[in-house]
Amino acid sequence: MSETISTASAPPPPISSPPVPTLLELCAAFAIIALCGFGGVLAWSRRMLVEERGWMTPEEFNDAYALCQFLPGPNVVNLSVVFGRRIRGALGSAVALLGLLGPPFVIVTVIGLIYAQFGEIAALQRMLVGVAAAAVGLVMGTCAKMALPLFKDPLGLAPLLALATLVSVGVLRWPLYWALGGLIPLSIAIAWVRR
Amino acid sequence: MKDDGGILLTLAGYFAVMSLFAIGGANSAVPEMQRVAVEVEHWMTARQFSNIFAIAQVTPGPNVIIVTLIGYHVAGLVGALVATLAMCGPTSLFAFYVGRVWEGFKDAPWRSAIQAGLLPISIGLIAASGIVVASATAHNFVAVATTLATAVVTYTTRLNPLWIFAAAALLGLGGLL
Repeated sequence: MSETISTASAPPPPISSPPVPTLLELCAAFAIIALCGFGGVLAWSRRMLVEERGWMTPEEFNDAYALCQFLPGPNVVNLSVVFGRRIRGALGSAVALLGLLGPPFVIVTVIGLIYAQFGEIAALQRMLVGVAAAAVGLVMGTCAKMALPLFKDPLGLAPLLALATLVSVGVLRWPLYWALGGLIPLSIAIAWVRR
Repeated sequence: MKDDGGILLTLAGYFAVMSLFAIGGANSAVPEMQRVAVEVEHWMTARQFSNIFAIAQVTPGPNVIIVTLIGYHVAGLVGALVATLAMCGPTSLFAFYVGRVWEGFKDAPWRSAIQAGLLPISIGLIAASGIVVASATAHNFVAVATTLATAVVTYTTRLNPLWIFAAAALLGLGGLL
């Protein structure tokens, strides 16, 4: 797929091309993605960009998402930047990013304010304790799903690398940079040798 | 006591560097956030961090929004803004420029090696974030059971997590946790 950065004066795309969203549509789409995405925005971004709006084919989405998953930083934030750039260049990236982060920022700031004011109220504390316990479970369950393909590794090296990361960062509490400074080059080298 | 500018600079510095190591999503950086916020800088207790983590999970939007809450806790509205920009700014620029170059190397062998190599690391990091937060939430039998039950339900079904959160909030309200 070639770059589809278009200008305002571009002729209407041929029928085979996906529709090109305006800046406003772009911003609104990512705002909706952000506001619908409880506990994971990926499913919603796919639904919006591929299924509802038809702005990307499933293959284009998988490719863009694979890129965003291993670029450093929050995946969906990266996705908004990469997708926005493809559609409308730098301005597209900025607008998609604003749509994705703006509404949650406002909501979470209001919640932060409420928490600072009323966080010590016993009933709220007790509810939060419950939600926190469940939130950890959600992360663990999702992580287990993601880890499943690692066990297809016939030599068992992939689960071992994941375990080494888990132990060094999660149990021994080494600073992230020490642990990853060793583990990332090792893991990539192994993948390179075995390719 | 640091002055306002000092604390903002500290926030920005931590999150900007941390974001570059957040492989596989914002939750990958949670162990490091907890280490910095609780153990290094003593901005909050482990319990408070778990609460913030919980709030971030039940708030609509990307998980990265946890840094907004940490920033808010440390330095109010400006802190929230600084933390969010620091966590998303550098990596967004990176995604913008590297993304463009990267698309040109779609089928290069080193690209798939990097991708395959980073996958187990990112999964290990997310598992670590679970362990780190769990160490503050798992304080009695019901709490551990809630965590495990949520993990099993998440793993085996596609139930909307909001239902689980609501049930857990009720359990908490009932004083069981």
